[in-house]
Amino acid sequence: MAITGATTLFDKLWSEHTVCELDNGEALLYVDRVFLHERTGSIALQSLHTAGYAVRDARKVFCTMDHIVDTFPGRGDQTLMPSGTDFIVATRKETRAADIRLFDVDDPDQGIVHVISPEQGLVLPGLTLVCPDSHTCTQGAIGALAWGIGSSEAEHALATGTLRVRKPKNMRIVIDGALREGVTAKDLVLHIIAQFGTDGGAGYAVEFAGSAVRDLDVEARFTLCNMAVEFSAFTAVIAPDEKVEAYLSGRDFAPKGEHWRDAIAYWRGLRSDGTATFDRELFIDAGNVGPAVTWGTSPEQVADIRGHVPSPESFAESHRRESAQRALEYQGLQPGKPVSDISIDAAFIGSCTNSRLSDLRAAALVVKGRYIAPGVRGVVVPGSRRVKRAAEREGLDRVFMDAGFEWRDSGCSMCFYAGGETFGEFKRVISTTNRNFEGRQGPNTRTHLASPATVAASAVAGSISSAEMLAERESLIA
Amino acid sequence: MNPFITHTGIAAPLLRRNIDTDAIIPSREMKRVSKSGLGEGLFAGWRYTLPGGRERNPSFVLNRPEYQGASIVLAGDNFGCGSSREHAVWALAEFGIRAVIASGFGAIFHTNCIRNGVLPVCLGEDDINALALRVQRDPQSNLVEIDLQKSLVRCADLECSFVLEEGARYMLLNGLDPIALTLQQNELIDKYERVRRNKHAWAFAPFEDRVEGALP
Ligand code: SF4
Repeated sequence: MAITGATTLFDKLWSEHTVCELDNGEALLYVDRVFLHERTGSIALQSLHTAGYAVRDARKVFCTMDHIVDTFPGRGDQTLMPSGTDFIVATRKETRAADIRLFDVDDPDQGIVHVISPEQGLVLPGLTLVCPDSHTCTQGAIGALAWGIGSSEAEHALATGTLRVRKPKNMRIVIDGALREGVTAKDLVLHIIAQFGTDGGAGYAVEFAGSAVRDLDVEARFTLCNMAVEFSAFTAVIAPDEKVEAYLSGRDFAPKGEHWRDAIAYWRGLRSDGTATFDRELFIDAGNVGPAVTWGTSPEQVADIRGHVPSPESFAESHRRESAQRALEYQGLQPGKPVSDISIDAAFIGSCTNSRLSDLRAAALVVKGRYIAPGVRGVVVPGSRRVKRAAEREGLDRVFMDAGFEWRDSGCSMCFYAGGETFGEFKRVISTTNRNFEGRQGPNTRTHLASPATVAASAVAGSISSAEMLAERESLIA
Repeated sequence: MNPFITHTGIAAPLLRRNIDTDAIIPSREMKRVSKSGLGEGLFAGWRYTLPGGRERNPSFVLNRPEYQGASIVLAGDNFGCGSSREHAVWALAEFGIRAVIASGFGAIFHTNCIRNGVLPVCLGEDDINALALRVQRDPQSNLVEIDLQKSLVRCADLECSFVLEEGARYMLLNGLDPIALTLQQNELIDKYERVRRNKHAWAFAPFEDRVEGALP
């Protein structure tokens, strides 16, 4: 603790939720909200039940069907994932028995957990929220302390309303300057991971700060925080501001009236003190960030979109050379190849990283009046049913479908492979998701992570391309 | 939960960095609404020749005759990064792995290990390489011995000490159920909650107002 008493935003959230310090160096933290999904929530509830424990306060627990549920229009409980229906049915049964609010398959508010949680106002600045899903860090974007846990921890949170946690250290990533035209939060976070490595945040809670972060709209901040776990951070937080207040105002589960005023008064103090010290501090100039795309099988294997596939020898450390070698083999790529020469088989727009309305708008802007390249399969999956309806009100569904994209119902869909739907073996997918691990989107499927605009432009070009490069190319042909 | 005090066994070197939980257990192998039935899917992408198949890939370390019966994994940095799926630990445990020795662990995975009686041992890269060298010479006789009470790992002439946070160590040594332990603090939790509700009613109002009958 600093002698000055100056504290970081993370420290404030932490100490506010500390029920007691345990004698083993952990703290018992109070949990304000638990969110479950059908993939792991069903098992957690079942096993809690079997162990003879009750849910402490079911009103603070929410559950959605997002991971396994199909995203084909008109879906039901049937899903392409073998035995997937068992998870859906078990989740319904367990949540009903425990009296937990479920966003079921056909609920108008169903969607990906990290999309619907803020959309419903279930997560709020100053609250703790846990979910057995590693991308729970997404929700730190509005100033909540939200982090991913395992199933046993979920059981603990459900039964006791608390978690035993060892406090991570404080890191601040200050991003100043302005992002260039066409450069997004996705490009920014890929740039950060490339620079600091997939283990760069291990042992830290990260606060994103700086003028470039303040300039981001709330949805883009979710994208930024979403990938904090990809550089191994415990979680990420951003100090809430008026944009967050405007975003949350009137949401279903947001406080109302007098409670809303109290909440805002409290939220305005949720920021790091000017003199607070961080265990580690990093600085990024937003102006240096360009459209980025991953070439390998780790989110740190990032290339400039106008650059080349690197050669393994270009990496100083031997472990990076080895993983580059493996990644090139898996991805079927040769070093030195211009990134823009990499042709693609599919384009996927969706996931808790980039499936909100602003993401769909950015992609639609590129796609409008164009058509996806022959042989390329394009799929758009809104992050929630609300996002879907909002997009349809703006006619974005038509824009995508006219361009040759499939327009789906909401869910995780092909962000990950659970034995069901996939783009296929050796297919190359440019994807707005967050993980390009081997097999993530299916056995031997090759993933390139990028922003919605880049994925849309690549779908049209048939090879990896930014929106700017697509326009340049078309003006050459014209 | 079974306590972990000491364990001696065959160690299998898998000296890659960033082995993520998708690699430890591919999502397609998580077929049942259950914590069991996962051992077969452990490292499936590497262990079998074809996705979803069961024909063993003879070159994968756990399939090699000299590593049969392995109960310890030696790995590179950041083992268990990625997805929070606890299935990764359930699969390791069901396969018979009692400990993973690596130079770093994914944070969620680390906690999941403790909650399931699997010991995560953090050693420097040099120590791990030295261990692997000895193991590789003769995996069946150069067994690795882990003593959690003394926080030591031994193999042949090598001895390394490791640090595990006190809380985790205590849980593992005693095989404790953290839920039962925390429920002993229930009064404290109730008290905290009352104070929090008074101070931050806004944090409770949205759902308490919807439900009949407020809490005491
Ligand atoms: S969209 Fe993908 S990363 Fe996000 S919660 Fe679903 S499966 Fe996980």
